[in-house]
Amino acid sequence: MAQDHTTTLFAILTDTFAVPVDELTPSATFESLGLDSLDLVEITLILDEQLGVKLEDADLEDIVTLADAIAAIDAKQVLA
Amino acid sequence: MTDAPNHREVVVTGMGVITPAGRGVADAWDGVRSAKPAAAIDQTLASEGAPVTLACRVPAFDADAELGRGASRRLDRFTHLALIAAFEALEQAGLRDATTGEPASQAVDWDRVGVLLGSGIGGAETWASEYASFHERGPARTSPMFIPKMLSNTAAGMISIRSGARGPNMTVNTACAAGASAIHLGRDLIRSGQADVVIVGGVEAGITTLAVSAFAQMGALSRNDDPTTASRPFDVARDGFVMGEGAGILVLESASHAQARGAVALARVAGCGASADAHHQTAPPEDGAGAVLAMRRALADAGVEPSAVGHVNAHGTSTPLNDAAEAGALGVVFGDHLGEVAVTSTKGVTGHLLGAAGAVEAVFAIQALRDGVIPPTAGLRDVDPAIPLDLVVGEARPVVGLTHALSNSFGFGGQNASLLFATA
Repeated sequence: MAQDHTTTLFAILTDTFAVPVDELTPSATFESLGLDSLDLVEITLILDEQLGVKLEDADLEDIVTLADAIAAIDAKQVLA
Repeated sequence: MTDAPNHREVVVTGMGVITPAGRGVADAWDGVRSAKPAAAIDQTLASEGAPVTLACRVPAFDADAELGRGASRRLDRFTHLALIAAFEALEQAGLRDATTGEPASQAVDWDRVGVLLGSGIGGAETWASEYASFHERGPARTSPMFIPKMLSNTAAGMISIRSGARGPNMTVNTACAAGASAIHLGRDLIRSGQADVVIVGGVEAGITTLAVSAFAQMGALSRNDDPTTASRPFDVARDGFVMGEGAGILVLESASHAQARGAVALARVAGCGASADAHHQTAPPEDGAGAVLAMRRALADAGVEPSAVGHVNAHGTSTPLNDAAEAGALGVVFGDHLGEVAVTSTKGVTGHLLGAAGAVEAVFAIQALRDGVIPPTAGLRDVDPAIPLDLVVGEARPVVGLTHALSNSFGFGGQNASLLFATA
């Protein structure tokens, strides 16, 4: 499951946000990739569309790294 | 001129443009002098079934490569154009490192650098695409970037963010006079002592099928399919304008400030005039009375007689009403001297850049002063016999002793701006 979500998130970041593949590591922070809170909201909209996963504002507060985001998506899908 | 803080002489120390005639002042100036119209069939307009498909686009550019990753996603096209022109202008003014692209931090006190831009529409493409998405996918999928991308003040904000300019920062809208109004108000920020340097100009990127369809419904656009004569200001057969896009940015600075830091003055902003027609939502009064007021105020502001002016870069949109009213207004202002004023409209090449027009044409007027050459009005074959102007037709005209050039811009709503530039 986690691997799928990693693939999904990385694909969003390369396709929509033009992040170079070699910068995509789980420990990378969104900030280091030049992405801010507005970008994070945009990402949640795409995740909702692609996976049906709805990350809420409270979920976003704890997301700093890509691994944090993947964990949050995993948690949501387990709950669903 | 005095150096009193409330009436300081203001000069131009940098210029940058991206226009359908070319990118960069040198190329764009070559483009308008060679009088080769930039109009072409626009593939987007054609594929989307727009009623008019001729438009004047700027040369292609890669926003992400030039302006940084995310620029194409986070910034509307009009902000791209403004940044490209601003970087060129700042570089010429010695305010941006040519190699690193970084602001030249020691050159000026960036707290005293303002930004004043004009735009008629702002993020037109963002409006169109986000609204289409809204209908297709619903409110819940609305992008959080929609507002910050679309707002017409974003270009001015981004110039500040990228340069570190922390002076007054604003955007003015007088539709097709916005670029000229921004120069006027930016000049006044310096005169009133609120800034030492102001980055001014106009920007527009409104070639969308929605906007083109709307202008066409008004009867404002040319229905002529021939790209070489669709935009033909002052021609007897003119039938409307051709949509253009672009940006023109100038660095204005008090003369004493420029001198103190060793910046070269390219021209002086001698006078600025603004007025309203108080007449109609879109049409000018036949006698061009509002335009007369704007031009006379610019001359009075400069303390210059009409006889000092040797060149007018006309608003000259190629619509029947504008060109007739403007010609009449020029006749009233210049009277017996009308025959000594070489008039041109560079819109024959560039099309109508709407909110960017006044700033781009200010740059062309300054180039005419610097080079002593007046570009011809492209597309113009048969001068309207009702228009008694000395129009530059066919080839660029060399002139000797040109000291003052006027640039006119008139916007929907009856908002008029006239700028008088003088040799440095």
